[in-house]
Amino acid sequence: MKVRRALRFLCRGALLATLALGLFAGSFTPYSYAHQFRGIPNAAPSAAHWLGTDALGRDLFTRLVYGTRVSLLLAPAAALIASIIAAILGAIAGLRGGWLEKIILACADLSMSLPLLFVLIALRSVLPLDVSPVLSVIATFLALGLIGWPASVRVVWAASRDLRDSDHLLLAQALGYRRSQILFHQVLPCLRPVFLAQFWISIPLFILTEATLSMLGLGVMEPLPSWGNLLRGSEDFSAMAANPWRLVPLLVLVHTVICFQFIFPGSEEIA
Amino acid sequence: MRCSRRSSALLLALFSFLFSTPAGRAQSGEELHFCLHSEPKTFNPILVDDEASENVRYLTGGVLIRVNRQTQALEPALAESWQVSRDGRKITFHLRKGLYFSDGTPFSSEDVAFTMRLLMDPETHSATGDAFRTGAGSIAVQTPSPDVVVVSFPALVAGLERLFDQVAILSSKSPKKEMSVLGPYYVSDYVPGSYVLLRRNLNYWKHDAQGKPLPYIETVRLDIQRNRDIELLRFRRGELQLINRLDAEQFDRLQKDSPGVARNAGTGLDGEELWFNQTAAANLPDYKKKWFQTTAFRQAVSLSINRTDLARVVFDGYATPAYGPVSPSNHFWFNTSLPAPKHDPQAALLLLSRGGFHLENGTLKDSAGHSVEFTVITNSGNTTREKMATMIQQDLSEIGIALKVVTLDFPSLIERITRTFDYDACLLGLVNTDLDPNGQMTVWLSSGEDHQWNPHQKSPATPWEAEIDKLMQEQASTPDEKLRKAKFDRVQQIVAEQQPFIYLINKNALSAVSASLSGAAPVALNPQAFWNIETLRLKPSQEMGASK
Repeated sequence: MKVRRALRFLCRGALLATLALGLFAGSFTPYSYAHQFRGIPNAAPSAAHWLGTDALGRDLFTRLVYGTRVSLLLAPAAALIASIIAAILGAIAGLRGGWLEKIILACADLSMSLPLLFVLIALRSVLPLDVSPVLSVIATFLALGLIGWPASVRVVWAASRDLRDSDHLLLAQALGYRRSQILFHQVLPCLRPVFLAQFWISIPLFILTEATLSMLGLGVMEPLPSWGNLLRGSEDFSAMAANPWRLVPLLVLVHTVICFQFIFPGSEEIA
Repeated sequence: MRCSRRSSALLLALFSFLFSTPAGRAQSGEELHFCLHSEPKTFNPILVDDEASENVRYLTGGVLIRVNRQTQALEPALAESWQVSRDGRKITFHLRKGLYFSDGTPFSSEDVAFTMRLLMDPETHSATGDAFRTGAGSIAVQTPSPDVVVVSFPALVAGLERLFDQVAILSSKSPKKEMSVLGPYYVSDYVPGSYVLLRRNLNYWKHDAQGKPLPYIETVRLDIQRNRDIELLRFRRGELQLINRLDAEQFDRLQKDSPGVARNAGTGLDGEELWFNQTAAANLPDYKKKWFQTTAFRQAVSLSINRTDLARVVFDGYATPAYGPVSPSNHFWFNTSLPAPKHDPQAALLLLSRGGFHLENGTLKDSAGHSVEFTVITNSGNTTREKMATMIQQDLSEIGIALKVVTLDFPSLIERITRTFDYDACLLGLVNTDLDPNGQMTVWLSSGEDHQWNPHQKSPATPWEAEIDKLMQEQASTPDEKLRKAKFDRVQQIVAEQQPFIYLINKNALSAVSASLSGAAPVALNPQAFWNIETLRLKPSQEMGASK
């Protein structure tokens, strides 16, 4: 138990440090993330360029820290949107039951059966072209948030359905509480652990989805860096073997995803 | 235990079947092995319109006249000699005697007549036949003797002889139809999605200097492999002996690991280009249309792009800055008097200031005060183009232009550039297979559908487009090659001045040839590494694999 607690604090610290690195990126590097040092493309790590340079001669460390800002700020925002939608729809479905429950669950199943990647590609292709890179990245994560709720809605629905017939709700109804009062004062507090779990689980999921989109060239627009588009360099496995430092963005991503899994106490600790 | 042992044996058998590659199974004899990058759509040489089918046609088809891929000169093939009439409408072939198709049926002028009639039949819908269609009416084919054939066209066909390089002769009598061939190989087996197996045509007419029948290699196995990384991996493992059209990164890696097998044939025909949307009906603000339609603006953008850096950084030096629509590797048609492409941001700014643009706090503004910014679209997943666009983004920022790069999936991109015209600028590649400018008619005629910057014009929108229309029609209507060259030189000059397409680079023709294969001499023209398939040999001691 002690080890797990220590690990939890360690992960929280690491995540905070990573977030700080992203937020104050400008203090950690003298370069612009877009500047191309064309004389030294694909350079090895050096005192001037700690992680070397990419194929266009851009400083990889600079791109990594600015990419952290994009991925680590926008993924939680997308996760929040998806979790709120899931909480509302899941709670309504679970508590109301009947035809509304069937419709919501059918919509969730239908959404889950859609190939997410193709939906995102279609959404991207209808976006206006003249949006700035910043707006584009916000739109990408907003789209992720808006279509990323169906898996969570089933979890929230299952939890709220159990609540539907619970004694304390029956008591609240007998005491004449309004539906909104029951929802906000009785149901949502009970669903909070489920909601939070869904939120924290979604963050790494959205980071990875953005990475996948960027691997396909459909994520964050150049020259803005994100962990996803930094990982595009790892497509070329033989180049990776020759330049192992290029794996650093992948390691940061893996480390962050693992940290997210450990920052909350497990059920056995709560018990 | 027994059962377990039997299961293990079964598993072992299954694994050895799954992992013994076609290469491993096939290379017991003298077999050349390389890849097609897509499924061949047809084996009928008349209907070919894709690269994979074209490769199969090159390996199996017998043609009357062959363009030597190395010298780019015409050479007699099934026709010993030929004469084109002075009006360029009639060609007379004198055929070789005593030749047979792969199935043993004799070859005669009747087969040429049969092929030409089928090729020119509108019902056949042959892309190869379209190149011969320059006027209304049908062709006339006469066969005065079994070894003489005269083909008359309703109108002049410029560069007529060269077009016969694409016409593989079919047998009029063979029950096997298109599977009966006159080329060095015939299709022996085809497993869709897996491979095409070609066997040596024992009736092939060519012999080497010692009188030995050609080709030397018994069979050619063409694996259908879309993934270029896997192709390279298999080449390294010795399962393949050839790779055509390597990209710069793959080539560079191969060059470092095994310098002997990476072959650079110099500047190729393919290029990359950028163009602005000048379509009148485009849904763009008027001020943007005005920028894109201003020659000085396009020239300034062209001047501000550092093509040398593009070639060096994006293509690892395996590309050359492009002069214009014709690559220097197209020896006859390239206009040698074109100025070398320059990178001069100061000259670009000067041009812009003359056109009413001015710099304000590092941002370029037009005379009405609009900040100059536009979006360039390119196809997603093409890292080379994305890198080029990102470099151009930095180059343009030096003259105060803000460029946004948007990658779109290919169908969306094509929809925008051909139907909705909802884009500012586009970065794409140009694949050139035809040396003759007639192959680019739809690009240069203002009414053409590939006149990308402003297609399907009812009448030319600008005087220089009208001049290009006139020159292209004139060069297509004369059989005099020198005159045609002079006309097309002028077209290249106008394009260099007006910059409707901003040509960026010409990629090098890069290929890989295993040390186990001798006689290979890759060239810039298709099919780069196996254009001389007949004289390629597999070294007996290394038949089982390429050098590692």
